[in-house]
Amino acid sequence: MTVNNMTIRIGGAAGNGVESSGAGFCQALGRAGLHVFGLPDYYSRIRGGHNFYSIRISDRPLYSHAEPVHLLLALTAETIPRHRDKVVEGGAIVYDLKQVREPPSAVPGVQFLPLPLSDMAKETAGTELARNTVVLGVAAGLTGLDLSPMESVIRQNFGRRGQKVVDGNLAAADAGYKAGQKYAGDFPFKLRRNPSAPPRMVVSGTEAFSLGALAGGCRFVSAYPMTPGSPVLHWMAAHAAQYGVVTKHTEDEIAAICMAIGAAHMGARALVPTSGGGFSLMVEALGLAAMSETPVVIYNAQRPGPSTGLATRNAQADLLFMLYASQDEFPRFLLAPGTHEQCFVAGWRAFNLAEKYQTPALVLSDHYLAVATRTLEMGAFDFDAVQIERGELLSPAELDALDEEYLRYRLTPSGVSPRALPGHPKAVYVAESNEHDPAGALDEEIENRIAMVEKRQSKLIGMVEEMSGPARYGPAEAETTFVCWGSTYGPLREAVDLLNAEQPGRANMLHFSDLWPLPLEPVTAALASARQRIAVEVNATAQLATLLRSQTGIQMDGAILKYDGRPFTPEYILARVRTDRRASKSLPLDR
Amino acid sequence: MVSRKDFDSPNEPTWCKGCGNYGILNAIKMALAEQGLAPHQVLMVTGIGCGSKIPQYMKVNGFHTIHGRALPVATGARLANHGMKIMCVHGDGDGYGMGLGHMMHAIRRNIGLVDIIQNNRVYGLTKGQYSPTSDVGMRTPTSPEGAIDRAVPPLGLAIAAGATFVARGYPGELPHLAWLIGQALQHDGYALVDVLQPCVTFNRASAYDFYNPRVYRLQETAHDVTNKTAAWEKAYEWGERIPIGIFYRVEGVPTYESQVPTLKAGPLVRQPLQKLRPEQVHALCTELI
Ligand SMILES: Cc1ncc(C[n+]2csc(CCOP(=O)(O)OP(=O)(O)O)c2C)c(N)n1
Ligand code: SF4
Repeated sequence: MTVNNMTIRIGGAAGNGVESSGAGFCQALGRAGLHVFGLPDYYSRIRGGHNFYSIRISDRPLYSHAEPVHLLLALTAETIPRHRDKVVEGGAIVYDLKQVREPPSAVPGVQFLPLPLSDMAKETAGTELARNTVVLGVAAGLTGLDLSPMESVIRQNFGRRGQKVVDGNLAAADAGYKAGQKYAGDFPFKLRRNPSAPPRMVVSGTEAFSLGALAGGCRFVSAYPMTPGSPVLHWMAAHAAQYGVVTKHTEDEIAAICMAIGAAHMGARALVPTSGGGFSLMVEALGLAAMSETPVVIYNAQRPGPSTGLATRNAQADLLFMLYASQDEFPRFLLAPGTHEQCFVAGWRAFNLAEKYQTPALVLSDHYLAVATRTLEMGAFDFDAVQIERGELLSPAELDALDEEYLRYRLTPSGVSPRALPGHPKAVYVAESNEHDPAGALDEEIENRIAMVEKRQSKLIGMVEEMSGPARYGPAEAETTFVCWGSTYGPLREAVDLLNAEQPGRANMLHFSDLWPLPLEPVTAALASARQRIAVEVNATAQLATLLRSQTGIQMDGAILKYDGRPFTPEYILARVRTDRRASKSLPLDR
Repeated sequence: MVSRKDFDSPNEPTWCKGCGNYGILNAIKMALAEQGLAPHQVLMVTGIGCGSKIPQYMKVNGFHTIHGRALPVATGARLANHGMKIMCVHGDGDGYGMGLGHMMHAIRRNIGLVDIIQNNRVYGLTKGQYSPTSDVGMRTPTSPEGAIDRAVPPLGLAIAAGATFVARGYPGELPHLAWLIGQALQHDGYALVDVLQPCVTFNRASAYDFYNPRVYRLQETAHDVTNKTAAWEKAYEWGERIPIGIFYRVEGVPTYESQVPTLKAGPLVRQPLQKLRPEQVHALCTELI
């Protein structure tokens, strides 16, 4: 018998409520004191197709999903052939008799449990739509999980729809539970409630970043919906009235960034959440923010492209694009949080960086990190550490006392000019998109041009001081050092643990979350001390490896790359390490 | 007391001698002074073009942005600080070409700003290509055989989109133009002021000699500014007689900013910017349990 270490996967068609019930079950497990890592997988369509939600459950904190499935809950016939290979020995496949007419062919060591899920839903809740509740009840019955956390989630989530719906779903869950209990004896994977666990949140990367941004004083959010960036706009819109935020769903992404620039110019902390296609439209205005020295924060939750690409899938292929987007050159920040905790920090830190250096701060997330949920303790987000640092922003009193002409783009050693918000009689100025002199007047002369390029570039000296080198996970000395960035942190961390469990000292990893400007000393030191360096990235050209080589001259020894639109799993990384011990053959790095 | 002189800048305009933008510059200064608005109380957002350089040539808070995007920058500025007067000033290439989509959305939001279009019916800064309001047949470097595209009818589009203030002015009638801009500044909501701006260098066919004998003041006729049908008809009157003045005006349509819950407590930038209070943190985290 295995207790509190399994993955439950529920699969169905779009419209079957797979995602909402998966999320609800994660919440219930969190209330039961268990750790979960929840991951929805869905097609970019409203009806049909095949969606599934994987819920990995453990006693210890989880950083990643995993491939083996212990219990597959099939709402549609298609779910079975798609996932049967992943079901482990001793595992079970529960399916809806009404959907699956032909009995599926056997899988050695796997139990098939055909149940009249649709009929049970109809009898208890009056609608077949409650099949998902029934099947989660079955999961609770099979695993021996006490039903009460699930009941509390049902009461909360269905409460809005009235008592009848709540009662119907409670009855559906109970019917499923009883049906599941009948087969529990033959099912070796069990879940036990942990009553002594502290209360835990179930948080997505979207929520973590949004919370951080709000805590950091984000007051203006303008965006055009694009998966997987728009959930940040949804979250902010839902909290706007209560927390004093203005949100604007704009006519397009050009308007989104331009509105944010306008709002930031007036003094509001402004955020633009988007995905790669939207960011592509923003590129010219990104340069406007840099030239006019307007602090804005842009959040790009990456998805695979190019063009429309795969709307609901995952990639880490916008790194070099974000770094170099726009004509000409200017300093920018590029942060790529790897965990939910780092998403929270990036949310508030980006505003401080943007305001202190009066330049755009870009945050790179991706679909995986944005949608994956993890259980975190209530204190996991350090709200006490949050600071609102506005840099050299002149107060009205300082402006009152000003006894010389105010120069918006005054030349300073730091490259940062004290900033006045429009509205004060002593600081009437033009923010300029053309090249300008310190006062903001148009100036095309050679000397001025050189001075202004150097002024903007010299911000990098201070900016790089704000950046941290890579974080190491695993032993200080290891045979192989994996190098990754952003959301690859989770799956790679678990892969490192697995490798070291087999062979101590086999692997460690360097995770980059401060991508630009790169602090060369710690970066070089960390890379140079590694014996064998393998880049692990969700793209086809090893973009981080390219960046590191260009900045440090240090080359990776190989790369594990993935560009199938799906995130890494620990198992995938292990398999690649084993099948190709050098893991570099046929990879572009060797060219 | 605010006077016209308060808006004077030491920077000399780089416009051609006789350019209609001089008149627009003067009319704006006159209107602002008349309305008692001081330079620091106004933000002038411009696009890119000859005319869009205007904040450089007067004392006013300005934001000289990128081509076609003045309206969304101005909209963001307005939402962040609706305590300030926001004016957008840009050319017809900027406003009716690149920025036409933004204009439709600014109109349907009824965002509170004055939108002045320096409509010279040509691209000035890039040296004379035909613009969205150029006449069919106009020969320019990008239309050597004559422009084929039919002209954008800006006033008709604005009225159709639901604009609450639609006007046209002409720098050849300077006091009238200043009066129009003053009326637009008083309007609560989006106010379009299309200005027939002579470009003496690239569009001589549509300069003073063309407009002087043709323009007439709508407000000297029996035109009813609240009558949408009449406004619509006047918007398409073009030829021997060209109307200037206020075509359409309705007051009392709520502005976008007046309906945003957060802005009921005052301009966003004047609301306190501080860390979340412990009870707020608790509430936000509890939502996630
Ligand atoms: C994205 C972009 N495309 C093209 C240009 C080049 N450009 C500058 S001004 C202009 C047109 C100017 O015409 P208009 O807006 O009518 O202003 P005018 O110069 O006539 O006042 C163009 C095409 C630019 N600055 N940015
Ligand atoms: S080119 Fe035309 S619009 Fe530009 S400054 Fe000269 S006259 Fe004015």
